[in-house]
Amino acid sequence: MLLIACPHCGNRPETEFRCGGQAHIARPADPAALSDEQWAEHLFVRANPRGVHAERWCHAHGCGRWFNALRDTVSDRFLETYPAGAQPSHSTDVRA
Amino acid sequence: MAQPFRLSRGGRIDRTRPVRFTFNGRTVEGVHGDSVASALLANGIHLVGRSFKYHRPRGILSHGSDEPSALLSVDRGPGRIDPNNRASVVEARDGLKTLSQNHWPSLEHDIGAINDLLSPVFVAGFYYKTFMWPKKFWDRVYEPVIRAAAGLGKAPAAPDPDRYANRHAHCEVLVVGAGPAGLAAALAAARTGKRVILADEGPEPGGALLHETSAEIDGRPAAEWLDGALAELDSRENVILLPRTTAFGYYNHNHVALAERITDHLPNPGTAPRERLWQVRAGEVVLATGSHERPLVFSDNDRPGILLAESVRVFLNRYGVAPGRRIVFATSGASAYTAALDAKGAGLAVSLVDLRAEDECGPELVELRAAGIEVLTGHTVIGAKGGKRVTGLVVAPADRAGRCGAHRLLPCDCVGMSGGWTPAVHLFSQSRGKLGYEATIDAFVPGTSAQAERSAGAAKGTYDLAACLAEGDAAGAAASGSAERRRFTASPTLTGFRPVRAMPTDADPAKVRAFVDFQNDVTAKDIGLAVREGFRSIEHVKRYTTTGMATDQGKTSNMNALGIVAGKLDTTLPSVGTTTFRPPYTPVTFGTLVGPARHALFDPIRTTPIHDWAESHGATFENVALWRRAWYFPKAGETLHDAVARECKAVREGVGIFDASTLGKIEVVGPDAAEFMNRLYINPWLKLEVGRCRYGLMLKEDGYILDDGVVARVAPDCFHVTTTTGGAARVLAHMEDYLQTEWPDLRVFLTSTTEQWAVIALQGPKARAVIAPLVGGIDLSPEAFPHMAMRSGTICGVPTRLFRVSFTGELGFEINVPSDHALAVWEAVHAAGEPYGITPYGTETMHVLRAEKGYIIVGQETDGTVTPDDVGLSGMIAKAKKDFVGKRSLVRPDVVAAGRKQLVGLVTDNPKLVLEEGAQIVDDPGQPIPMRMLGHVTSSYWSPNCGRSIAMALVADGRALQGGSLHVTTPEGFARVTVVDPVFFDPKGKRIHA
Repeated sequence: MLLIACPHCGNRPETEFRCGGQAHIARPADPAALSDEQWAEHLFVRANPRGVHAERWCHAHGCGRWFNALRDTVSDRFLETYPAGAQPSHSTDVRA
Repeated sequence: MAQPFRLSRGGRIDRTRPVRFTFNGRTVEGVHGDSVASALLANGIHLVGRSFKYHRPRGILSHGSDEPSALLSVDRGPGRIDPNNRASVVEARDGLKTLSQNHWPSLEHDIGAINDLLSPVFVAGFYYKTFMWPKKFWDRVYEPVIRAAAGLGKAPAAPDPDRYANRHAHCEVLVVGAGPAGLAAALAAARTGKRVILADEGPEPGGALLHETSAEIDGRPAAEWLDGALAELDSRENVILLPRTTAFGYYNHNHVALAERITDHLPNPGTAPRERLWQVRAGEVVLATGSHERPLVFSDNDRPGILLAESVRVFLNRYGVAPGRRIVFATSGASAYTAALDAKGAGLAVSLVDLRAEDECGPELVELRAAGIEVLTGHTVIGAKGGKRVTGLVVAPADRAGRCGAHRLLPCDCVGMSGGWTPAVHLFSQSRGKLGYEATIDAFVPGTSAQAERSAGAAKGTYDLAACLAEGDAAGAAASGSAERRRFTASPTLTGFRPVRAMPTDADPAKVRAFVDFQNDVTAKDIGLAVREGFRSIEHVKRYTTTGMATDQGKTSNMNALGIVAGKLDTTLPSVGTTTFRPPYTPVTFGTLVGPARHALFDPIRTTPIHDWAESHGATFENVALWRRAWYFPKAGETLHDAVARECKAVREGVGIFDASTLGKIEVVGPDAAEFMNRLYINPWLKLEVGRCRYGLMLKEDGYILDDGVVARVAPDCFHVTTTTGGAARVLAHMEDYLQTEWPDLRVFLTSTTEQWAVIALQGPKARAVIAPLVGGIDLSPEAFPHMAMRSGTICGVPTRLFRVSFTGELGFEINVPSDHALAVWEAVHAAGEPYGITPYGTETMHVLRAEKGYIIVGQETDGTVTPDDVGLSGMIAKAKKDFVGKRSLVRPDVVAAGRKQLVGLVTDNPKLVLEEGAQIVDDPGQPIPMRMLGHVTSSYWSPNCGRSIAMALVADGRALQGGSLHVTTPEGFARVTVVDPVFFDPKGKRIHA
């Protein structure tokens, strides 16, 4: 079971969280202005890296707040967690 | 005292405290401190079971949890019978009943032993090669026969009466294994003041020190050092010492699962739980899990009386039991010499056969000869004599090329064999650490760590006592951040061995039965056959031969198996690699894993405040999401069909009362509440007046329906949102996600009020008359309180949000009251309705009534791929809104394409035929198979108010087929149906406005 550091509550077990997939995908300000291809890209296309991945997590059974995390998909190590809307301090190009 | 093989002195046992248990009905006497294995051996009982496949007589191989052969059923009383207990780890106590397994009619005379004679047939892959034809035999002949023959022991038939506990624990340092390395680690960590948990699978901490009678540590006998170490750990508040506790699983981020056995060893367990699951989250982990001795692979090496050499030593030194009077040690390494010396010291006749040449041996050779023990160096073991007990060992000189000389029989009643040592790297490997092969000790040892963990002692391939202590100390200190290191002096340990896979032999290979995996009856020949048949990957060899796949997971056998594969492939061990180590390290009871989550706690249910009333009024219940809801209220003698027909009529003709408390409720509050609602729902909200309701439909961003529900505007900045029963949590999460991550600028607060508001639905023409006398502060007249309005006031003196809404098509109210008052209000309304024949109804009637009106249920008419237009609700979309969640997707090419499935009504030619929900629909039943499916039935009921069956369906381009015929599959063949509008009752919708 992963140990995840909620930026608001501290370390908590994985069962308290829900993963929301790839982070830093902003909803387009004007979806109507997007072509079908652009909209499909926004909706469906996600990265699936072998290595560090920026993910959205929600402390669903805790404070209920969404935040972001950098996790290495190979080792399951978390490099950092940070509030929604913020940017990570690590690069996602590295391997944990 | 019987116990003819009990030594007169020595051992960590109490000879003054006898214990009695039974083995196959015969009373066995042991003493306090015995394991079942040691007590059996004290009484000269070696034959304790029959093997899995060949039903060969089997005895006790080991003293520890790696025991593959001595598997017993242990009966601790009614409902408390467990199969496949290792005799070596079950503590002997009064009242136990133990039974051998896998034989008929008896252990001594087993018909199944015929399999042993047929062994040339039962080769590796026997099942795959044999039970292939004819196909019709698979289910009826092969499967039942194989099932009956398969498995070891019998599963208990009665429910488990025991209680199991569960505990979460945190510590800075978790030490697994309380042998010398683990104790040194725990001491070093404990002295820093950090929280330490030390877990050991044995009943007594100490590991190898428990049978170390001659060694000294820091100038004191090892046992004294052990006592001192345990006393110190015991005196420290920051240490939790857990005996009888197996660390069986190493998971992510230093989450380690321990199984603690609490009461099995107690004759009177009292009320304590039987076992406890510890879920430990450790800052650092020290793995001091020791090592396993390898058996030697020679013909008939599985005969009862043949033990591992170190196990002979354990039985002698720790339990004061002689496994035989005339013992031959067969070895390829030094450690067995220590065992031979101890056996000699116990007054037994001892000789030793070593595969190694004279010049390969160390000082141990001189020592043994000085003790007067005959040592045959450069000798192999050709085979064992005897059937149900070993009677002799046939040995012969063998050179390094494997050429054998003249045979010689060494008569004996016990053999102690040693093929070297294998570090127990199971937990390290489970932690995803990378193993490295260490050629000097012929072993895979912990290499690169993946987690905050370090190994120490024999688990790391370090076998010398002083080195183990130093390594443990260093690991414990490092794990607790201390720079201090201690030095230890200890007697030197005899180590070193020549790796040997199968002992050289000159016997006819066809007649050699040399076992590698004792529990699954896999021989060296089987492994060779698998390689000859083309299996190269060790994972494939494992599955094909089943080596290492038994409950012991090959603790004693894996290295021999790997070595044989490497030899046959003419490659090296590291290039063969190891199979994957998976939890659990040793078998864990289901009870431990399940813990308290049984009975009512297994799958907890939610009930409404009206649940008890419904129960006492005869309701039948169904599970909806996590809720238990009243399904229907049968009167005496009524079937589901009768009751639902009566309830449906009552609502349309009089008045019905329904518990809708499970509806999800969310209070959306804040200056930007209307804007927030506008962005999330397809409907317009900005202009909805206070006190009015609207049916809201919510999409996911992909344009598909997520949920629906009536929403009331309570105040300009407050919406009372309802969701489906199953969707409440999902909708709140969806709302929170957008609010927090996309529109954090909106000033809105979301609060779940599902549990705070109970909802009493009152539906039917008489509904207004029933509540009129109870309601305060609300004008109920149709003009003042029209359909889709909401008023705040009181009912029975209790504050209420009274909704005039309907999911039945009748005049209806949904009375929201605080949950604590719900039952009182329900009873008052029910009493007030008695003169009108008020009828409680359940979810089944609710479903029928809404289907008569063509109202959809999200999750029944929709399945996550249905758009508003698909179910005919596109008219609700606020055209003026530039954007809302899912809007852009409604013009995606595949959403606007022709051929989408649309909601329609279906009526069968035969009005009595009720279609099956999920049934497939075609246009031409005569077309060739595979047919073109047009859609499926989503809802189907008998409609008492229409006097016929009705159904709703999703059909490709269905709206254009109105009036046409289609065909629906039924168990009796195709049924013809006509496509109609899905509103079957009161199509003009007049009744709702009454």
